Amino acid sequence: MDIHLNGESRYLEKESTIAALLQELKIRSDQVAVEVNLHIVDKQDFASRQLQEGDRVEIMSFIGGGAESSLSVTEA
Amino acid sequence: MAKLRFHIRFPEEKIPEPIIYQIGHEYQVITSIRRADVRETTGWLDVEFCGETEEIERSIEGLREKGVSVDPIELNVVEHEQTHPCTMEFSEEQIQRYSRHIILPDVGGKGQKKIQQAKVLVIGAGGLGSPAALYLGAAGVGTLGLIDGDVVDLSNLQRQVLHTTPNVGVPKVESGQQLLAALNPDVHVQTYQEHISESNILDIIPEYDLILDGSDNFGTRFLVNDACFFAKRTLISGSIFRFEGQLATIKPHEGFPCYRCLYPEPPPAGLVPNCQEAGVLGVLAGTIGVLQANEAIKEILGLGESLAQHLLLYDALEMKFRRVGRPKDPRCPLCSAQPTITTLEEHHVSCSL
Repeated sequence: MDIHLNGESRYLEKESTIAALLQELKIRSDQVAVEVNLHIVDKQDFASRQLQEGDRVEIMSFIGGGAESSLSVTEA
Repeated sequence: MAKLRFHIRFPEEKIPEPIIYQIGHEYQVITSIRRADVRETTGWLDVEFCGETEEIERSIEGLREKGVSVDPIELNVVEHEQTHPCTMEFSEEQIQRYSRHIILPDVGGKGQKKIQQAKVLVIGAGGLGSPAALYLGAAGVGTLGLIDGDVVDLSNLQRQVLHTTPNVGVPKVESGQQLLAALNPDVHVQTYQEHISESNILDIIPEYDLILDGSDNFGTRFLVNDACFFAKRTLISGSIFRFEGQLATIKPHEGFPCYRCLYPEPPPAGLVPNCQEAGVLGVLAGTIGVLQANEAIKEILGLGESLAQHLLLYDALEMKFRRVGRPKDPRCPLCSAQPTITTLEEHHVSCSL
């Protein structure tokens, strides 16, 4: 089965869920937002959401950097 | 005496580029010179005059003396606003300083005036805020707010180009104000030497038209997103990490998605390291910060397509930009019809491990 992952085609050997795909890619599910065919998938549905042939999957990492750590409103 | 404002369309070949700047500089009645939007192989220039009749006659006479042919046949008055008061008064220096904007189609004198009247808040005078503030300042943004509670550290200078080596130890907002004043004295820099927080954010952001977030941690990002939503302000969010950057324009008050539509809540504390821990390519801060400034100028001018429904992803190593759809979440905790967040709440997330 072929899907489009982050703009590039990717072959999946068997049926897969979002959770399984993330596991295969060694990406932690709480570090990313996942969009399938222009819909954001709720994190709770990662394990149940089956990927279909031709799905366009975008995995977007949380990126928070910009200034310097001392801007933090909640210094540890 | 009533002032006149009208446009004259000249064939471009009659006014070579060096003369454009010369006449713009010499005759203050010329408030805008721009390429006319006509499909012809030889370009035409729309020159906007604004001043008293005699001043304008004198400047047209001056153009003739410079060899610019302004025969009645070539004069094509495309707009004549006798009753309209002059609104575009630029000094000689300003006409020269902003000449590359003023002659630019879709900017012109009117656009430059909009830039001059704009008030933009830059959150964080660091990696992203530095290049953004420099370009916005150079562009002539009338009021630039800088908020940062930190002082310049030697380790900042690899990417935070608003600060210089002699200013190590100086508050970043003060250091930024100095450089911006030297770059463009037209810009009023309002400084806030404090960390942005739940207690001050709603006093500050309503004073601005546009907010640029260049903060470094998720707590601040969610706070800024929520505050901009409550204050109905457009937010241009940029972030960087190692060799990757992200950019989005956020305006849920115009029906577009907010930051929480994509990331409903901050990631667990300590999961995502910050730049201090993980490192960041200095140039990457410039790339993303300058793109934030680009989107800010577009918002001010109402030009082009914004990133209101997209997230731009940039990979500096692969040298790839990817623009992905960023749909509105009908169950967004903040901007949906049934929000669960109805007041500004501080999110106690720390990026530090």
